[in-house]
Amino acid sequence: MLEIKDLHVHYGGIHALRGISLSVEYGKIISLIGANGAGKSTTLKAIMGLVPKTSGSVFYDGKDISANNTKDIVKGGLILTPEGRRVFPDLTVDENIALGAYTRKDKAEIARDRKWVFELFPRLEERKWQAAGTLSGGEQQMLAVARSLMGRPKLLMMDEPSLGLAPLIVKNIFSIIKEINKAGVNVLLIEQNAKAALEISDYGYVMETGVITISGTGKDLLVNDQIRKAYLGE
Amino acid sequence: MTTTAFLQYCLAGISIGGIYALIAIGYTMVYGILRLINFAHGDIFMMAAYFMIFAMVDFMIPWYISASIVIISTILLGLLIEKLAYSPLRSSPRMSIMISAIGVSFLLQNLATYLFSALPKQYPAIPVLNKTLTFGEVSTSVVTFITPIITIGALIILMAIIKKTKIGMAMRAVSKDFQTAKLMGIEINTVISVTFIIGCFLAALGSMLYFTPRPSVFPLAGSLPGLKCFVAAVFGGIGSIPGAVLGGFLIGLCETFIKAAGYSEFSDVFTFILLIAVLMFRPTGLFGETLAEKV
Ligand SMILES: Nc1ncnc2c1ncn2[C@@H]1O[C@H](COP(=O)(O)OP(=O)(O)OP(=O)(O)O)[C@@H](O)[C@H]1O
Ligand SMILES: [Mg+2]
Repeated sequence: MLEIKDLHVHYGGIHALRGISLSVEYGKIISLIGANGAGKSTTLKAIMGLVPKTSGSVFYDGKDISANNTKDIVKGGLILTPEGRRVFPDLTVDENIALGAYTRKDKAEIARDRKWVFELFPRLEERKWQAAGTLSGGEQQMLAVARSLMGRPKLLMMDEPSLGLAPLIVKNIFSIIKEINKAGVNVLLIEQNAKAALEISDYGYVMETGVITISGTGKDLLVNDQIRKAYLGE
Repeated sequence: MTTTAFLQYCLAGISIGGIYALIAIGYTMVYGILRLINFAHGDIFMMAAYFMIFAMVDFMIPWYISASIVIISTILLGLLIEKLAYSPLRSSPRMSIMISAIGVSFLLQNLATYLFSALPKQYPAIPVLNKTLTFGEVSTSVVTFITPIITIGALIILMAIIKKTKIGMAMRAVSKDFQTAKLMGIEINTVISVTFIIGCFLAALGSMLYFTPRPSVFPLAGSLPGLKCFVAAVFGGIGSIPGAVLGGFLIGLCETFIKAAGYSEFSDVFTFILLIAVLMFRPTGLFGETLAEKV
């Protein structure tokens, strides 16, 4: 459903992506792992139209969306949960959730989705009047995921959802990712936590300084010697 | 000072303060969204006065229609400035867009001089606003009396828009984080345009209320009030709307009482002493948040 072909991105003089190609198939969880600065976040930002692409193309549901603006991409159901949570700190939890549905007009469906995300994250419902900036880190991450779900993603891209969270909450986030996927949402996951990510992934890509070096099914990557050394710390 | 005189000065101070507040809101909102001090805002306010002269004196259109024409043309002017002078610099360093704003300010002043000459022009009288009201001993013109009411009314509506509507929520989101706001599907340019529309609407309103009791308009007539309103916004904590309103009222009142005490020449200086004092002792202003560079 998402197909990236030979994507290049420059930041000034820095050639951050040097020809990335990857694809996400329907119903799957795909993960993208790699060291700090490899260009994972840049890949997702380029897909969303947040950073300009030097060359290459992005196909989504068979259509070329390389030149689309972010709003139209979001409207099409391609949604990014950005790195570092990025909730709106002055807005309440409920307002943050409402903003997730900004491009939608179907009031009744929005109300239903709101109920659904509150079921997924009961802690958010208890805190819906609280300013998002006063939530704990884990709660903010839940809010960031909940907010993304409010956009009715067909493909949800998550940039390091487990960053800085306690192991128990990480487990919780990962089980929710699986749950979301079962509910019919395709997932493209970026993780430092390579083991946890590959365990729930159908397919994975490994990225190094702007290029994809290895790819394979989650199971294969988990037993790949190179990956075990470099990313699983074994 | 007698009680009557005191009340009279209070009313005058609140009234001019209300006008400052209306203009200060424009500075503070644009800053809140774009982190830009729109130096041209005072000159937009001045242009609004010329639009009124144009409509009422040159075309002899009745005042209530002229007022709507003034509001619409001021908004269009603001949007045009945003599109031509600010929007192309969206991803440039912030200093470039500030310099562009200073350029627009000079451009408007010189354009007005070129089009309307540097000689002061008489501002048309709006009959209903010039009537005199008397409350016991205190007498005042309608415009002085209704200005604070209009200000408060505008403020209430504005706060409702910002707190309760979808676009208001988008404005608050954009003012915090451009990139994440985009990820919600918010169109930044729409939000910026709405901000300029609101700011220019209030500047047009303020312009009519400000110039009605004053004899004339000239091309530099916007710069001093503009500066004072900027100070009002800084005093209240730039980015904060209630802060800007409070700052506007405070400067209006202080200035009026300083004049009343016989130090007219000093009244404008006061504003700038206030600016320096705020910047020295409380740079974030009354309601300002600690300034974080936006990513
Ligand atoms: N706005 C920017 N301007 C200049 N260089 C940038 C910018 N954003 C990212 N880079 C550079 O591009 C490269 C890739 O960055 P990116 O954020 O995509 O890495 P990442 O794989 O997500 O890393 P991490 O795991 O640390 O989040 C890095 O070398 C980074 O310094
Ligand atoms: Mg990253």
